Amino acid sequence: MTAPRILEVRTRILKANDELARSMRREFERLGVLVVNLVSSPGTGKTTFLQDTLARFVRQGVPVAAVVGDLETDNDARRLAASGAPVRQIMTHGMCHLEADMVQQHLSGWDLGSLHYLFIENVGNLVCPTSWDLGESVRLALLSVTEGEDKPLKYPGLFNTADLAALTKLDLAEACEFNRELARDNIDAVRPGMRIIETSAKTGAGMEEWMAFLAERRQSLLASAGART
Amino acid sequence: MHELSLATHVVEIVSEHLRQAGGGRVAAVTLRLGQLSCVHKDALEYSFALVCEGTPLAGAELRIVMVPVVIFCPTCGNEVELPSLQRFACPVCGTRTADIRQGRELDIESVELLEPSS
Repeated sequence: MTAPRILEVRTRILKANDELARSMRREFERLGVLVVNLVSSPGTGKTTFLQDTLARFVRQGVPVAAVVGDLETDNDARRLAASGAPVRQIMTHGMCHLEADMVQQHLSGWDLGSLHYLFIENVGNLVCPTSWDLGESVRLALLSVTEGEDKPLKYPGLFNTADLAALTKLDLAEACEFNRELARDNIDAVRPGMRIIETSAKTGAGMEEWMAFLAERRQSLLASAGART
Repeated sequence: MHELSLATHVVEIVSEHLRQAGGGRVAAVTLRLGQLSCVHKDALEYSFALVCEGTPLAGAELRIVMVPVVIFCPTCGNEVELPSLQRFACPVCGTRTADIRQGRELDIESVELLEPSS
């Protein structure tokens, strides 16, 4: 009996996505646009949070745009477009996450070089988006006070890939008997050292801090892009 | 169900390697999946069998090697296996660390081919 023939493959399953995302990130950085990927469960308040963010930028005259992924409907794109920023809907027709090529296709025709920020609102899901790099510079994981403090422990994979966490709906914290310290500690347990911003789109709490974070990150992106040229 | 998408990529990549190797049929595919890869094993196996139909991978066995998470503890100066995904801390001294050295793998390791006669 002969030994079985083995082909050594040693390849990442998501090689094509990773390579595309890397080239997109290089291009975004070269053009000076900070790209943020927003991930959370359905119902955390990504759209409301983003709507407020876009409206603040539009009022300041800062050029921003957003793409938003959903399984069905363009409701979120219509909500976000009310901010005055250009918005495109990515309808995934059942797919539970966004992939880099879907984002790339939906950016065609936009003058990315004129943008300062581009937001990608992922499909509401705390599992599937984890492994798909979309070319973002910042991955923001959102957690609302209505979801419970232990959600980061239940979904460590996703929280672990984030660069920043935002607690949302802080105005409801008391009604939900939400333990902020416990939630913060749980996030820190699965992603030690990650910055956490406490927000409420209703009262505007934490939004200034978030906007300042974005401005800092874009400054450092511009500085490192400038250093390379 | 992102496992369907993963399975599709696995079949595409293996088919391409097979073409380059001069064809043949596949007996088994071995994957290395990190504990942080968020893959549901049963869902992946189910999707894989489905996507393999009508390809040279039809009927192939899927072998999954789970890769534990390894962190680097800055206090101990050692790489250590993480006993729990709920706490990214050194199991020896308790220092929390985000320095992950292993455990995010989503890799195709190897392919075992069926002998032409079998």
